[in-house]
Formats: sequence, C-alpha cells, structure tokens
Amino acid sequence: MTELTLVQAVNRGLAEAMRADPNVVLLGEDIGLNGGVFRATEGLYKEFGEQRVIDTPLSETGIVGTAIGMALNGLTPIAEIQFMDFIYPAFDQIVSELAKFRYRSGGQFPCHVVIRTPYGGGIKGGLYHSQSTEAYFCHTAGLKVVVPSTPADAKGLLLTAVHDEDPVVFLEPKRIYRAVTGEVPDGDHRVPFGKARLVREGTDVSLFAYGAMVPPTVEAAEALAKDGIQAEVVDPRTLVPLDEAAILASVEKTGRAVVVHEAARFCGFGAEIAALLAEKAFYSLKSPIARVTGYDTPFPYALENLYLPNADTIAHAARAAVQAA
Amino acid sequence: MNGAPALVPLPYSPDQVAARLGSDWQPTLRSAHRWMILARTLDARMQALQRQGRVGFYGAATGQEAVNVAAGLASRPEDWVYPGLREQLVALVRGHPLVTYAHHLFADNLDPGRGRNMPCHPTAQEVRYVSMSSVIGTQIDHAVGTAFALRHRHEPGAVLAFFGDGATSSNDFHAALNFGAVWGAPVVFCCTNNQWAISVPVTHQTAAPSLAAKAAEYGLPGRQVDGTDFVAVFAEVRAALEQARSGGGPTLLEFVLYRMTAHSSSDDPTRYQPKDWAARAVAHDPVARLEEWLGRNRLLDADQRAAVAAECESAVRDAVEAAEATIPPVPASLTEDVYASGSTGWTD
Repeated sequence: MTELTLVQAVNRGLAEAMRADPNVVLLGEDIGLNGGVFRATEGLYKEFGEQRVIDTPLSETGIVGTAIGMALNGLTPIAEIQFMDFIYPAFDQIVSELAKFRYRSGGQFPCHVVIRTPYGGGIKGGLYHSQSTEAYFCHTAGLKVVVPSTPADAKGLLLTAVHDEDPVVFLEPKRIYRAVTGEVPDGDHRVPFGKARLVREGTDVSLFAYGAMVPPTVEAAEALAKDGIQAEVVDPRTLVPLDEAAILASVEKTGRAVVVHEAARFCGFGAEIAALLAEKAFYSLKSPIARVTGYDTPFPYALENLYLPNADTIAHAARAAVQAA
Repeated sequence: MNGAPALVPLPYSPDQVAARLGSDWQPTLRSAHRWMILARTLDARMQALQRQGRVGFYGAATGQEAVNVAAGLASRPEDWVYPGLREQLVALVRGHPLVTYAHHLFADNLDPGRGRNMPCHPTAQEVRYVSMSSVIGTQIDHAVGTAFALRHRHEPGAVLAFFGDGATSSNDFHAALNFGAVWGAPVVFCCTNNQWAISVPVTHQTAAPSLAAKAAEYGLPGRQVDGTDFVAVFAEVRAALEQARSGGGPTLLEFVLYRMTAHSSSDDPTRYQPKDWAARAVAHDPVARLEEWLGRNRLLDADQRAAVAAECESAVRDAVEAAEATIPPVPASLTEDVYASGSTGWTD
C-alpha cells in the first residue's frame, strides 16, 4: 500500500499497465515530456519513450481515430483527452466508430480503446474546462463509462479498463485529483466493473453519488448523522455497467433516494437511476426520489459554486426526503 | 457517331505494360479482366434485385473497377484495407468469397457482420478488410492507427485507406493525413475522385488545383492518377505500398474516375448531372478500356470474352441463390456483440 493522490494513482496505474504489456501505448496532447497538463503521465515518457507515450498533433478526432486503428491491430491504446470539454471533435469517432465496431462486424473487429479524460467543475475552469457530460456516453451502447472517486478506485478501475475487451470512457474527477489522498494497493490492483462501493451504511435515506460528488455527499451524510438521520452513501463507480442490484438493495432498505451529480439535471444520469427505482423499487419508496444536480445551464465561471451541488444542498434534499414520510 | 466522345484507349505498347506490371503481366491482366467483369456483373444483378425489393440497398462501383482490382492485386495478404462505399471488390480480389459477400448483401444469417450493417458495408476480417461505417472520412484515421501499430509491432505490411472526393473536406481527412505524415506511418491514402459527392461536384468540394495537391501541405507526396487505367493504378499502388512498407512514409494517390451509375439505389442523378456526363463517363469506362487494349493486342477474343462473362454470370447467380435460401439473422443476435460479454443489460 502507498498513500497517493488520485492523479498519482492514475499515474501508477498507467505505469503498471505499460510495464506489464509492451502493446499498451499512450497518446494525447502534452502527455510526453510535459507529463500532461495535470501531470497524470509524469515520468512515463522518460521510462517508456516517445513511441509509447505519444505527443500527438492537436486533434481529438485524430487521437481517438488513430487509437481505434491501433486497437484493431493488436495494441491497447490509452488516449488522453486533455479536458472532457474538448472531447466533442472526437464524439463521432467515439459514438459512430469505437462503440459500434464490435457490433457491426459481428464480433470480428472488437475495438478496445481506453479514453481517459478529466471532467467536472470546481476548478475555476468556466464553460470549457468544467463540463460533466457522462450522459452522452452512457446513452451509447457499446461503451463502458467509469468514474472513480478515490485513489484506490482510480488505479483499480483503470487497470480493469486496460484489461477489459470493450471501449472504456474513463472520467477522472479533476477537482479531487489532489484534494483526495488514500491508500492504494501496489501491483496489479483491479476493481471490477459493475460493482458499486458502499461508502457509508445507513438506514434512513440512500444518497447516490460518483466522482467528485462523493466527498460532499459523505460530508452531507455526516451532517445528517448529527441530526439523527442515518444516510447511506453508494458510489456506483461504473455508470455502464451499472450495479443495479446495489442501488435497489439500498433503497429497499432505506425507502428514500437522493441522486447527486454535477451534470445538468435534464436527461442526466440521475434520471436513469430514478427510472430504475421507479420501475423496480416503487413499492419500497416512502417519499419522492430527489435529484441534486447542476443547473440546466451551460457551466458558469463566476457562479460555479452556486451551480455545483454541495454538502448543504445534498443534506437539504435528504432531510426533505426523510421529512416527507 | 452522334458527337459522343470515343473511348479513350490505354496508351501502352505491350512492352510498356510489361515494364510497369512485371514479368507476369499477362496473367495479371487476365485476372484483372475477369475481376472487372465479375464486378460489373454483380453491380448489374444487384441493382436489378434492389429494384425488385430483394436487396435493401446497393451502391454500385461501376466505373471504379480498375482501382478496386488493381488495389486488390497489388496488395499483399499482410496489408490492411480500410474501405469507403465502393471498395468491396478489393475484399473479393483479396480472397473474400463471393458467396459470403452475397450473404452480407442479403443481410442474412450467414453474413459475417450478422446483418447489422447496410449492404455494401461488409466485414471481411480474414482478408484484413475492415468493417466500415457510413460516416465519411472516419476510417482514414483508423488506417493511420493500424499503420502505426504495424510498425510498432514490427509486422510487415502497409495499409490502404480508401475514401471519396467528398471525404477530402472532412475533419478526419485532415487529421489522418497530418498524423500519418508526422508519424511516417506505412499507409497509402487512396482518394477515389469520381467527381461527385452524391450531387455535389468536386469543383464545389475544393478550390485546390487537385485533390492530390493537398498532400504537399501535409509534407507528403501526392499524385494524380488516371483511375480508369488499370495499368497506371496497379503500378502506382504497388509503388506506394512498397514505399510505405520500406519506411518511406505515406503517399496520397488521387484516382480520377467517372461515376457511371447513381450514387446509390436511393439516388436520382438526372436531378443534378449534366446531360453529357454519361457519355463522358463511358469514354473512360475502365472495363471497356482494358478490353479494347486486350483485344487490340490479341490477348482476348470474342469467345474468351463470352466465356468469362458466362462464368461470372454463373458465379453471381449461384451466390445470390445461396443467399436467398438463407434465413434472416436469428432474433437473439439483436443484443449480441454489443460488449465482449454479450448483450446489453436489459432484455425484458
């Protein structure tokens, strides 16, 4: 075990994967000598060289498009998109090509690319360095969508992504890249996809949060405990595949659900969890499902703290759910 | 003669052809001729079947046979092919069985792509012919990535990336030529300029003097080739592949062609093509040009021509019959191959 920040854990995961398999290559902008703008690839250029840590021309569609071609011929490319806000030039490559290769070829051309990208607000990044648009990718069959919230999960889920056979969109909560530290197992540590993490047990209300929303949700749960409300916190960790059983089991126990994400509410991932609960846990619900989310606006600069959910807004929604019934 | 342009003859002596194609030039030409006749037979048959409602869609390659056959014959098994809409013949020439392609066209239970893609979007993994989408230009990046991987893994071979004139306006054309040049990747960019992107003429696609001219800005060699001249295409593709395989980096080849049919079975070119287009196209018919040359040089007579045609008719008929006798994809296949583990989560 080693005490690491989340971004250090990503770095260790990448190094581990590259040492284990010479077919693993990294490509992206500024990831070489510079080590990435968030330093996620720090030191890797020096250890593995420019043929495995590839500073590409500045084109996201080129990064993902060439990564697809590499994967079709036996490499395991891990592409870095510098900010999730810049992923859209590659959207066509991701949804039209990467997600559909296995299906359209009857399984003859599986295409395993891992796309890492820092996402989310709270870093004074304004409209174009803050977005959290996981729902676009969750909506596309063929992709897996992963969002770690701890250093151990960052490394463990990343190594699972590298050893998976499907394309993975790996969303890194940049707000807590360095704000969170934790013990990370050394070596080939893997966290399975589709298994939620029970962050905190409780009996009165279930709080569902992932990525950078987990710390304020835990903070909210601690505040609620002082008021005698025992909140359970569940981090799904992978949005696709989703651990439906863990979500249903929690609400069957507590009877109340609050879904937290920083993405906009309308058609956000919270709607999927709410629909799941409405379809499969309806008779367990004691009060309406609540969503605590970003506003249905573009991501703001000056007012980002107003935009983002925080421990107070999460706790407020949980209290309302408990008081409703 | 009513003023229609005469067929443009291939401008070679037999010695010149031998110099370009190599010592086995005669069997190469005979093979090329047979494949071209097969392609034309298939196009005619499939367009008829589409009109009868027996095939859902068809995009003919009539007029582009010289490029497809030359690429198929000039490439090696270790090479890869990323096709656009009209390169299925490359897969057949590289060894993909005609009957398997027919199963794809009929989207039946024996289609390797399991009936998921539209007709003319086959999957032929065994000949390194990669499954395509209908999105324009995206495959050019994939070709560069695969070429990078060939070199990275110290594998022989190079990659042929096909796309049309319209694709030269796409983001991915730019990205791919740029990445390919920066990396010196073993890829040959093959632009089949049939002068029409559905209804938009190539003159509205670019103000560049040619599509090949764009290569210079990326630091690549670019050459314009008569795409209806089998001999020229074969020599250019082979040379560009050899350059790529030997570490010389990518080339952009622009094959100037004439689209001799509609864009697809869903298109009506009388709405936009000038009245003399068809006559101009016929003057550059790659099959007629090769046949005329073979006849002039006593390498093909009427009986031989008839025998080839009959053999191709028979092969296409057998393939169509086999496909029409095959059941559609089984319903359970709907949710398979989305992920490695099989289906998506919900089935209820």
